[in-house]
Amino acid sequence: MDSALIDHALILAGLLFCIGLLGVLVRRNIIFMLISMEVMLNATGLAFIAAGSFWNQADGQIMFIAVVTLGAAEVAVGLGLTLLLFKRYQSVDVDNLKQLRG
Amino acid sequence: MQDLAFNIIFYVTAAVAVLSTLIMVTRYNAVHGLLYLIVSSLSMAIIFYLLGAPFAATLEVIIYAGAIMILFVFVVMMLNLGQKSVEQEKSWLHPKIWLVPGVMVAILFVVLVSAMTGMGSGEQVNLVSAKRVGIGLFGPYLLVVELASFLLLAGLIGAYHIARSPDARAGGTARQDQAESETSNAGGVS
Repeated sequence: MDSALIDHALILAGLLFCIGLLGVLVRRNIIFMLISMEVMLNATGLAFIAAGSFWNQADGQIMFIAVVTLGAAEVAVGLGLTLLLFKRYQSVDVDNLKQLRG
Repeated sequence: MQDLAFNIIFYVTAAVAVLSTLIMVTRYNAVHGLLYLIVSSLSMAIIFYLLGAPFAATLEVIIYAGAIMILFVFVVMMLNLGQKSVEQEKSWLHPKIWLVPGVMVAILFVVLVSAMTGMGSGEQVNLVSAKRVGIGLFGPYLLVVELASFLLLAGLIGAYHIARSPDARAGGTARQDQAESETSNAGGVS
């Protein structure tokens, strides 16, 4: 076994997190922003699982389950907001929401 | 020999995950992005399996590549965006827009890597079985299960309340009756 495997798994998690963050920063389409946030949560879960595997503890996977639950709840509310945004502005551009009382 | 095969599978899968996620972020069409996200989720599931977490790998496939993806595809189909939004996306994605966030994220990545590496040398990948996860969930982490149920209930009620049509929210009983008759009519037609 490669002794640096856990390190590389954590680097992969960091890389995926940064790609997701880039997506959230660059895109203006709310659907892509939500997808990128899912990628970020997924990368967090990978870091938890890599650490749990390294210390031989079940806690990592339990935290992964908590992260997945959080992601599911987040995406449900986020897609509801997407529907509302599209209903009001006929667009998925988040820049439409720059005013508090439009 | 087996170690070599393990390493090859791990790094190839990691490369597939990173590439598919990068391609996903740069797509113009939402459905194409979702398809690349499925590839990314499946490769993450393989990595979870290789890291000795088969239960998490199963959850990844079932929940991410299954449930969450269906939700996204359902909403994209409902919005029915079409060609116009693809061209709008193309006009939004200038290199000028990419540059500054890209540099900042690259700096963050360097910081993250320097913080996370050097945890020590792991001798072996430890298999954490589903049985141990279950014992942990229903033993010391019972409160997490309860909190997750609260969170899911809050998400359910929030999504229902937000996505409800404004008519049904504002209206009294008369509007509600109207909406009900409309839905029953729609059901009869379909």
